[in-house]
Amino acid sequence: MPLAATTILICAGGACISAGEESVKQALEKEIEKYALGDVVRVVETGCMGACSLGPLMVIYPEGVFYQKLTPQAAKKIVEEHILKGRIVKEYLYKMPTGEAVPEAVEKLPFFARQVKIATRNVGYIDPLNIEEYIARDGYFALAKVLKQMSPEQVIEEVKKSGLRGRGGAGFPTGLKWELTRKSQGDKKYIVCNADEGDPGAFMDRSVLEGDPHTILEAMAIGGFAIGANQGYIYVRAEYPLAIERLNIAISQAKEYGFLGEKIMGSDFSFHIEIRIGAGAFVCGEETALIASIEGKRGQPRVKPPYPAQSGVWGRPTVINNVETLACIPPIITKGADWFRSIGTEKSPGTKVFALAGKITNTGLVEVPMGITLKELLYEIGGGSSTGKKIKAVQTGGPSGGCIPSEYFDTPVDYESLQKLGAIMGSGGMIVMDEDDCMVDVARFFLEFTVDESCGKCTPCREGTKQMLKILDKITAGEGAEEDLQELENLATVIKDTSLCGLGQTAPNPVLSTLRYYHNEYEAHVKEKRCPSLKCKQLIRYVIDSSKCVGCTACARVCPVNAISGEVRKVHQIDNEVCIRCGSCIEVCRFGAISKVSP
Amino acid sequence: MVDREKVSALVEKAKLESLEEKDILINTLHKIQDYFGNYVPVEAAEIVAEELGVPKSKVYEVLTFYTMFSIKPRGKYVIRVCVNLPCHVTGGREIVQILQESLGVNFGETTKDGLFTLETTSCLGLCGVSPVIMINDQYYGDLTPRKVKELIENLRKGGDER
Repeated sequence: MPLAATTILICAGGACISAGEESVKQALEKEIEKYALGDVVRVVETGCMGACSLGPLMVIYPEGVFYQKLTPQAAKKIVEEHILKGRIVKEYLYKMPTGEAVPEAVEKLPFFARQVKIATRNVGYIDPLNIEEYIARDGYFALAKVLKQMSPEQVIEEVKKSGLRGRGGAGFPTGLKWELTRKSQGDKKYIVCNADEGDPGAFMDRSVLEGDPHTILEAMAIGGFAIGANQGYIYVRAEYPLAIERLNIAISQAKEYGFLGEKIMGSDFSFHIEIRIGAGAFVCGEETALIASIEGKRGQPRVKPPYPAQSGVWGRPTVINNVETLACIPPIITKGADWFRSIGTEKSPGTKVFALAGKITNTGLVEVPMGITLKELLYEIGGGSSTGKKIKAVQTGGPSGGCIPSEYFDTPVDYESLQKLGAIMGSGGMIVMDEDDCMVDVARFFLEFTVDESCGKCTPCREGTKQMLKILDKITAGEGAEEDLQELENLATVIKDTSLCGLGQTAPNPVLSTLRYYHNEYEAHVKEKRCPSLKCKQLIRYVIDSSKCVGCTACARVCPVNAISGEVRKVHQIDNEVCIRCGSCIEVCRFGAISKVSP
Repeated sequence: MVDREKVSALVEKAKLESLEEKDILINTLHKIQDYFGNYVPVEAAEIVAEELGVPKSKVYEVLTFYTMFSIKPRGKYVIRVCVNLPCHVTGGREIVQILQESLGVNFGETTKDGLFTLETTSCLGLCGVSPVIMINDQYYGDLTPRKVKELIENLRKGGDER
């Protein structure tokens, strides 16, 4: 293929697709055809570029101009102006908070500029469907190095030296896991990639699988060589159809190029990979449940020990690594453990990908060195609150984690520091909440999730979480008593201590951390039957300020349940018996006449 | 009526794809479910049990454990609503409400006209554009109650998913 003069990288991550990427791409291609530019302009669909709130987006090289919030009309204009006439189309550039439009947002915007990309080094830069683009960025070089120059022990030693820890949540040292499995006896061993990313608010694994599938295959082959396994499984959740499709394509390409299969690159090492698809069960992210699911059973966890390193898939020694962990392996092999250790902190070396979601300006994915403070992450990179209201807390680690109040935002992000605050690193989801969010409601919400996802095998998790949810339901409905708070703590402690697997053992964390930091909010609900954040529906009412209402009828027209009545140009009323508190009226009122009150 | 030969052929196909035969049940059920639209008829599940030589109870157990499988016919459009915190804090509660109101069903139910089934889903990994729902294989992000209403009306009128 001749080299194109211009390359347009268009983000085809899930968020951009949902924002209309497909139609933008089609418009681009149509214009390129119209002006017969096919030989000089190349359009490449890449994986997620990370800046989900700006999508659909593209970068035009060699200039490196970043365009955002695109539409088919924008695509047409960009071809006509930028490509044909060399004139940058200002209206689709990113605008800095100062109002200045910058073409080189990728270099100037802190969101991009402060990132250090290891696990996501290729995501957003290459065409995930083209193995040659992966190879061009040193792909499969690490596998070659391992097969030609290293012994399995040396590979394990290098990974141990790098200090890489599991990025799926618990932070177990990866090298040690490999060593334990290598030393276990078994006629056959397995390496499993845990791609059952289920933690609400975390989507880094999805982006790696969709944007750089070959890195996972390469890392699994390296891991297989190190532990003595000839077969690998990738367990992907069924909610990620695009990831499954791209992995399948990557596997057949890798086979074709001889990077998977028999006697890889002329060595004695053979390695095969198969995909196993989940079917919608959060608990399958737990390793023993995942093993059961691979074996075609209900995904229920079992007691550990034995650990998978001794007895995993079909009772054989098995290593289970998370997607992001695996994605760090090839660069560790090519660049060395010392290089990896030079990034991040002493106890948490390397980088971590964080998913910024909730009420934050720059939602999306960022990869930064461990040890960055929450303040830097949320304000400098994330751009602060998206609602104009103060950020109140950030929830890390999903339903297993906890809330961190804004007073602690100077904390460095690493495994130990977060744990000290009663939260966990988890898989790196950061859900940002502002003053409008009620922490009792948040805790209740997570409990609802756990009750739903509990597999039902052990009693503390199955029944205990249900009892906790009942109490929280009572409290958010204004029927709670003061004893309930103590009862919540008691239940939480028992569930933590006696549940079978990680799901149950960590389920009470959101309740415990909100009780610790936001006791006053619980008290307001219980003692005063009041929701200070005006969130708990049973504790609030909607009212129209008669001095502000002009009778424009906008609210009455938008109300889905016809709870608002009133004549044109006269003050309207809300019937709170009928009102479902959806907030549509507040959204459309241009006079600020409608508000929520809690007694 | 379930076509026995077709189901057997799908089981055979799954067997060919698998390196180790013992673990193909879930994969097979995915194939069967795709073939029948969006559910696994009990009769088909029985054939799978026979073909794979596993007890019927085990097939039933697996079918009812995983939320993505259904033994009841589902609507033409399966609407999966993310009910996790990132969607919740950005207005997901209102999305759930408007869906239940305009469809007149609760989670796990299908509308009388057989058009829509409403289900919950755990995180879809599109938190950057929350709140999010999935209709069949399509994702919809940055939703508001109004957008959802339009979406449903469009589908009712026979519009396509996008």
